[in-house]
Amino acid sequence: MENQNLNLLDRALGLDGPSEPWPLSGRVVLIEDCVETSGSFVLHQLVKRSLSPTSSNVIIFVAFANPFSHYDRILRKLGCNLVTQRDNKRFIFFDMLMLRCPDVDEGKSSEGGLVLLYEKILKTICGLPGDKKDYVTIMIDDISLVEVAANGGSDYVLDFLHYCHALTSEFDCSLITLNHEDIYSSMERPTLILQMEYLADILIKAEPLSTGLATDVHGQLTVLNKGTSHRLGRSGNKIHNFHYKLYVVLWRKKLVISIDKGYSSEKRSFRRTYHVNGRLGFWNLNTLCVTHLLNG
Amino acid sequence: MADTICRTLRDGGLEGEHAPALTIKDSKASPFGFDVFNYVLTQLSNYILAGKSQSRGLVVVAYSRSPSFYVDLLKRRGIDIASSHDWIHILDCYTDPLGWKNWLIDKDISQEASSLSSFCQDVRNLDKLYSLIIEQGKGLIGQGKDRFSIAIDSDVVQKFGFKVNPLLRSFIFFWWNLPDQVSSIFWLLHSDLHEIKFTSVLEYLSSMVASVEPFNQAAFGQRVDLENLSMLEQNFRKGKFHVRFKRRNGRVRVMCEEILVELAGIKFTPVLSEDEIINQRLLPKRYGFVQQVQFNLQLSEEERNERAKVVLPFEHQGNGKPIQIYDGRRSLGENKEEALVSTGKLQPDEDSGKGQIIYFRDSDDEMPDSDEDPDDDLDI
Repeated sequence: MENQNLNLLDRALGLDGPSEPWPLSGRVVLIEDCVETSGSFVLHQLVKRSLSPTSSNVIIFVAFANPFSHYDRILRKLGCNLVTQRDNKRFIFFDMLMLRCPDVDEGKSSEGGLVLLYEKILKTICGLPGDKKDYVTIMIDDISLVEVAANGGSDYVLDFLHYCHALTSEFDCSLITLNHEDIYSSMERPTLILQMEYLADILIKAEPLSTGLATDVHGQLTVLNKGTSHRLGRSGNKIHNFHYKLYVVLWRKKLVISIDKGYSSEKRSFRRTYHVNGRLGFWNLNTLCVTHLLNG
Repeated sequence: MADTICRTLRDGGLEGEHAPALTIKDSKASPFGFDVFNYVLTQLSNYILAGKSQSRGLVVVAYSRSPSFYVDLLKRRGIDIASSHDWIHILDCYTDPLGWKNWLIDKDISQEASSLSSFCQDVRNLDKLYSLIIEQGKGLIGQGKDRFSIAIDSDVVQKFGFKVNPLLRSFIFFWWNLPDQVSSIFWLLHSDLHEIKFTSVLEYLSSMVASVEPFNQAAFGQRVDLENLSMLEQNFRKGKFHVRFKRRNGRVRVMCEEILVELAGIKFTPVLSEDEIINQRLLPKRYGFVQQVQFNLQLSEEERNERAKVVLPFEHQGNGKPIQIYDGRRSLGENKEEALVSTGKLQPDEDSGKGQIIYFRDSDDEMPDSDEDPDDDLDI
């Protein structure tokens, strides 16, 4: 792993160790965000890390939220060419924007569509060369839209997620999903999100600062890394919390995106953030800065 | 206390008595239920292997983890079930619980169960599932009088779309029809996923309920900030472990421990003594409760000094004179002294004009500075 490019998020996820075996192998990562603070940039970061030249990962990306061109534009600005990776069969993209599970009225269960999706994922993994099978990452963007595609059947979504979870132990692959926490805020017992949290080994929460909106800090990330037992041994429970700022970059130029403990960046923007954090007296001076490209 | 649970499961039930049952419940705020489950599973496995348990076999119903997870878990704890597994069977409800893999057209994607596990591909058919559990258990112990235990690693209500009432009905039917061969049974459930009715019914059925609760209740459900981050971190490592035992005579006993999740596994530590807990309840320093009460809970320094000056009735002894302690025997010398006392000392001193109390300390009496309540041993 290129240590000089690692940021706080990478360290919190344990990506600062050796890249093989992949530190997230056999683990389930859940990213939870809300409308004020989108967590999709975490997903983009993880795509970039998974496809780094030093790793052998293959990503199966199940997209319910955006078309391929969207992810391609963003990742290109982060220094990762998804088209090339797709050609090299390292990035396998399932466009699910048009997926509509059959309705119960049509004589079939909504479950059927998700069974077919599971079959597609399973066949893809089984079709990979032997040396690649152990380095698969399944990414789903996002779960709330899977529920929409399943005609609101959260039970079906949970069944589907259970089967995806079973793949993590069968093939030692990792499962990374995004969901929006505030969608379920009015529910008394939000079963879907609760079940997902029970399934998750690593929970990443993107939320606004408790003190309210700030100019130089867009939100905070809390990473709850549950200590789980896996073939690499047992790791202890860890919790990380840091602030982040997203940069909107409108030009085609690669920028430094990793900043760690206030000394690794050459960019003026970071120094300003650091200074502001210090002046405002935030408890944690470590600020994660991530370039988030909205439009190429 | 966790050991008490394991011992109760180890000892099983008496002839004609229902098998002891344990519910382990946790919540999102303190999700250590699975760690507790693993601990109990490991302990019970150790007892079975050592021949100390009433049960001779164990059926693990694996809903939330794969059979290989349990093989690895027990291996890490020094139990190698890959080589000798005639005492354990894992019913695999995890790999293909709804039979999706069977629906797949491509039959090349096949699955093979190992010799210590078997697939259940229709978990929604509860009657079939329960009979499978019993069948596997009987398969382990044979036709003799031996018994077996059952461990169910998760609740399945929401995950597989079960409706609460049919599930409860089915489970209660299973429960009351448990064969005599079942020595003990324990299961895990996540309390926040269910209606209270569901968890309550399972708790009623159980002779033991072990609930894992967050160490800091206040930290849960709030947006993370500087104040509650440390509490959240504590909750991520520690928890409170309450156990309710329902005894044969109907008495209910509640005990409490702390759990600490470490690299090596889960650790149970006793909480503060009863007196300390009472003191903490009475004197929550954080809220300055002492200032609000209408009476003093503790003596001031001055009061303490005054109290020290009080001469207790027997404290005249030891002022250079021999201390006389009555030990129930009457020796010649004592009779003499007693006579001396009765003639010389017990006479009231009319000159002083004051009354006095003559006291001989008994051998069973407390020392003057003892803090013990003298009436403590009275059965009132």
